Amino acid sequence: MAEVLVLVDHVDGAPKKVSYELLTLARTLGEPSAVVLGKGASAAAEKVGAYGAEKVYVCEAEELSSFLVGPHASILAKLVQEKSPTAVLLPSNATGKEIGARLAVKVGGGLLTDAVGVTSELVAEQQIFGGAVTVQSKVQSGTPIITVRPNSTPPVEQAGAGTIEQVTAEFTEADKAAKVTETVVEAKGGRPDLGEASIVVSGGRGMGNAENFSIVEKLADTLGAAVGASRAATDAGWYPHQNQVGQTGRTVSPQLYIAVGISGAIQHRAGMQTSKTIVAINKDPEAPIFELADFGLVGDLFNVVPQLTEEITKRKG
Amino acid sequence: MNIVVLVKQVPDTWAERRLKADDKTLDRASVDVVMNEIDEYAVEEALKMKEASGGEVTILTMGPERAVETIRKALSMGADKAVHLVDDALAGSDAVQTSYAIAKVLETLEYDLVICGSEATDSRMSVMAALLAERTGKPQLSGARKVTVEGGSIKIERQTDNGYDVVEAPTPAILSVVEKINEPRYPSFKGIMAAKSKPLTTLTIADAGIEADKVGLASAPSQVVEFANKPPRQAGQIVKDEGDGGVKVAEFLASQKIV
Ligand SMILES: Cc1cc2nc3c(=O)[nH]c(=O)nc-3n(C[C@H](O)[C@H](O)[C@H](O)COP(=O)(O)OP(=O)(O)OC[C@H]3O[C@@H](n4cnc5c(N)ncnc54)[C@H](O)[C@@H]3O)c2cc1C
Ligand SMILES: Nc1ncnc2c1ncn2[C@@H]1O[C@H](COP(=O)(O)O)[C@@H](O)[C@H]1O
Repeated sequence: MAEVLVLVDHVDGAPKKVSYELLTLARTLGEPSAVVLGKGASAAAEKVGAYGAEKVYVCEAEELSSFLVGPHASILAKLVQEKSPTAVLLPSNATGKEIGARLAVKVGGGLLTDAVGVTSELVAEQQIFGGAVTVQSKVQSGTPIITVRPNSTPPVEQAGAGTIEQVTAEFTEADKAAKVTETVVEAKGGRPDLGEASIVVSGGRGMGNAENFSIVEKLADTLGAAVGASRAATDAGWYPHQNQVGQTGRTVSPQLYIAVGISGAIQHRAGMQTSKTIVAINKDPEAPIFELADFGLVGDLFNVVPQLTEEITKRKG
Repeated sequence: MNIVVLVKQVPDTWAERRLKADDKTLDRASVDVVMNEIDEYAVEEALKMKEASGGEVTILTMGPERAVETIRKALSMGADKAVHLVDDALAGSDAVQTSYAIAKVLETLEYDLVICGSEATDSRMSVMAALLAERTGKPQLSGARKVTVEGGSIKIERQTDNGYDVVEAPTPAILSVVEKINEPRYPSFKGIMAAKSKPLTTLTIADAGIEADKVGLASAPSQVVEFANKPPRQAGQIVKDEGDGGVKVAEFLASQKIV
């Protein structure tokens, strides 16, 4: 059976859930091989066998941390040339898409982004125009390079050999053109990652100020949810930019999305419209967010949300 | 500094967007079109750089005849001139092919910087800067929320999932910007009038040395094989708070087996 390369997304050696989802998906397409790159790769490599990786290609070259995406694409290109995989799967986040793009040019592959599913015939399903149209797309020539959205496949454990192979690569000058000189962490720790969370609670301009975001955080914590924000809230400095949901923020597709004090502008919808269940809390009955809410509560968030948090805590006993 | 800004004409996000039944490509003809929103920020950033250090701003668009409206808008904001790549052979090109065509046109231009938007609202791929960097061998500075240019070097804050990275590279480089970067200006009346007489070069694929079998739907490496319009999301139950709103929401969540 031909290999399917899966680029593992990890933070200093801890694989993100999406990596296990991709390995689970890869098992339906061929023989999954994990590709683990960068600082902490060896630690992450130990963990992916449990999700079916037969081979694990590892590279911890310093260039992977100090230059933007070029070196990653180079290593994948080398593996594509050597192994002729059936497909390459990458997580559909900003970096995954960019690595996929550069890889497509390097190996003459075809690129599909934001897949929510891939069939054994390598047909990718995508939802476009804010979820209004479902398309099936296929790579017609070259290696299929497919980026897959988090939460598309439930991760299922299955033991694989997990044989580790070190990969060396020579990087071109172009790979090393953009130097990462500093990495700044602004995110608030302790909550699930926004892109991967199965529940997201977001606050908007209706929150009024930064302090009030603790109301949303409390609700999120009782639900084990991630916290998001509209652009109005991030622009005002009430919540960190990387928590912005929307066209130019993160795209989320959780089981449950709760929009608190958010009007539902088209750019916000673009990032959350494909959530399975949507709940909106807004005092304006005309707010467009109600058009797509499965459950809409017209009321003042300062009354409704604390009561909701309390009620959930009570029900959890 | 000479800057090329990539601007794309897209269907208005507020309009009902469709794929065509016959060739399954985006219906660009029957909908209202606008300049891709984030590209306005790209134009603005170029104009600010020009105001700070001189040089010329050139708009580059690949798209059908009517994309010229979008070019005019960018010129009316203050760009100096424009290049429009337009040819029926380009129809149906995917992102990888589009980057090939745009890279060919870039070969004919002199630039210190290429600026594009971080994402087009129709494709939502966010890959153009990466594709062009790979094709041109120039540094990729993508997803910038802040840019500083100093002499021959450029430094950005690249938005990440946890914060931001500082990324630096020498010019010439390929930059993409997110909407945090600035506030785009509105074209002034004077700007609109001036745009009418600004130089606009129209290129066919032959003019740009683009090989016909490397672009267009027939040779696209990725293609839509099937599509289905989903019924629009139905609005659900709307309840007014009577003092027990929080409890009502909790009851709904329980009915959905979420809590
Ligand atoms: C290029 C571009 C990109 C963009 N990208 C994004 C993006 O990625 N994400 C994004 O979110 N936006 C984005 N926007 C901005 C978008 O257009 C909206 O401006 C933004 O989403 C509005 O945020 P909001 O809903 O929080 O604020 P508002 O539209 O001001 O809505 C606030 C809502 O809170 C309600 N409210 C107020 N007080 C209370 C209360 N006490 N109780 C209950 N409800 C209350 C009000 O009724 C109102 O509906 C983008 C815009 C542009 C031009
Ligand atoms: N046909 C095109 N002509 C000019 N610029 C384009 C074209 N397609 C994409 N771009 C640029 O690439 C950016 C990102 O597009 P995308 O990668 O398709 O999401 C856009 O914001 C534009 O700046």
